[in-house]
Amino acid sequence: MDLKLKIWRQENAKAKGRFETYHVTNISPDCSFLEMLDILNESLVDKFEMPIAFEHDCREGICGTCSLYINGRPHGPDAGITVCQMHMRRFKDGSTIVIEPWRARSFPVLRDLMIDRTAFDEIIQAGGYISIATGNAPDAHALPVPKNKADLAMDAAACIGCGACVAACKNASAMLFVSAKVAQLALLPQGRPEAARRVQAMVAKMDELGFGNCTNTYACEAECPKEIKITNIALMNREFFAAKVCSQKEMAGTSGAG
Amino acid sequence: MSKFLRFSSLTKKIIMAFAGGFLMVFLPVHLGINFFILPITENHQDIFRDAVHFMTTFPLIKVMEIVLIAAFIIHLLYGFILQVQNWVARPVRYKKEGWSHTSFFSKFMIHTGVIITIFLVIHFMNFYFVRLGLTSPPEGPYRVADDHDFYFMAVNLFTNKTYSIVYIVLLVLLGFHLNHAFQSAFQSLGLTHSKYTPYIKAIGDIYSIVVPLGFILIPLYFLIYY
Repeated sequence: MDLKLKIWRQENAKAKGRFETYHVTNISPDCSFLEMLDILNESLVDKFEMPIAFEHDCREGICGTCSLYINGRPHGPDAGITVCQMHMRRFKDGSTIVIEPWRARSFPVLRDLMIDRTAFDEIIQAGGYISIATGNAPDAHALPVPKNKADLAMDAAACIGCGACVAACKNASAMLFVSAKVAQLALLPQGRPEAARRVQAMVAKMDELGFGNCTNTYACEAECPKEIKITNIALMNREFFAAKVCSQKEMAGTSGAG
Repeated sequence: MSKFLRFSSLTKKIIMAFAGGFLMVFLPVHLGINFFILPITENHQDIFRDAVHFMTTFPLIKVMEIVLIAAFIIHLLYGFILQVQNWVARPVRYKKEGWSHTSFFSKFMIHTGVIITIFLVIHFMNFYFVRLGLTSPPEGPYRVADDHDFYFMAVNLFTNKTYSIVYIVLLVLLGFHLNHAFQSAFQSLGLTHSKYTPYIKAIGDIYSIVVPLGFILIPLYFLIYY
């Protein structure tokens, strides 16, 4: 396959950045998207040019590191997979592919296609955990959990924190990510006691970091490689509303936005 | 004011949903009275006038009027604040964007919202402010008896072809706004359920077609018969 690539190049976080056009030839349709970029980078190195910085790690769709906005869609045109799981046969021979980094105020570009997703870590640090040791995995029958709750928690826990939801959202909102983290813990007995505190702290952090607001556009759900459902956002809204209306004030020392 | 701004994103959305929800309850009431502009019964003019009289004098309705205006202002203000925050959240736009499958009309809520607001100001100047004595009643072929004579104010406006056509276009845009708004309000309040959500979406679709269509029938009647 021969392809024309328009790729965002940016020397560092402060640089202005621009699109560069590259031509790749003789690409196998069975090649993965990242392998195609590897081939391009090899050729750039051979020409003593700076290779394109892009993030990748496991290359099997579970680490959430790869983050490319391809032809107007995070993780490219396929549903339910990350960039690393996509193959070049998904594209037409001779076509043009536009590759951009995630765009959000809270995800600054570090270099080329590489972004800083520390904001997600900060949201987790604000409350996305259980603050006591709950021990090793208990015996299956030790703490009974209804099957449907366990399934919903497991589905929410599938979130790999890649940030495609933020990238897809027209408002750069992190609601799907935050809601998945809130839901996976709120649905299980170990996470329940701190649920009210958690949802308020995580939402406050999300706002503080400058992510946009949810307008229920649902692009996040359409683009999530792990197919996290927007029902998690509804669950978070419910949890938040209940925490505000029904919970006693317990956030001593921390400032939850009202 | 600063407290108003500092509310969390979710609190703002919940307030948006409640305010918008109240407006959606009000619309069918408004439509129910508007129907009596049309000659659906022999004494439709009297019924319309009685209804207007009731709506402008009954004490409970007077209280609701304040709630309604407050809902409008809150919905507008928060809609605007949220939108500005959303624009700020992505300072650098994508070169190629918007290929994701989304709730289509949700992308244009600010645009349809602003247009509806402009129309509402005109609407208030034509009716509500006339009653308050701030503006003069709309002129047309019929004489408006007094500042409570909403029937001839409406007839004067609808006999103007341009006004009727603009009104129809605006109501279509309102339909687009409502189509997203209805199910969105439930989602914002966290009211989703595997069994009921499909019904909520269907009712929202029906609501967003039937209510604007009802309002459109009135200028349509005037366009055809006058």
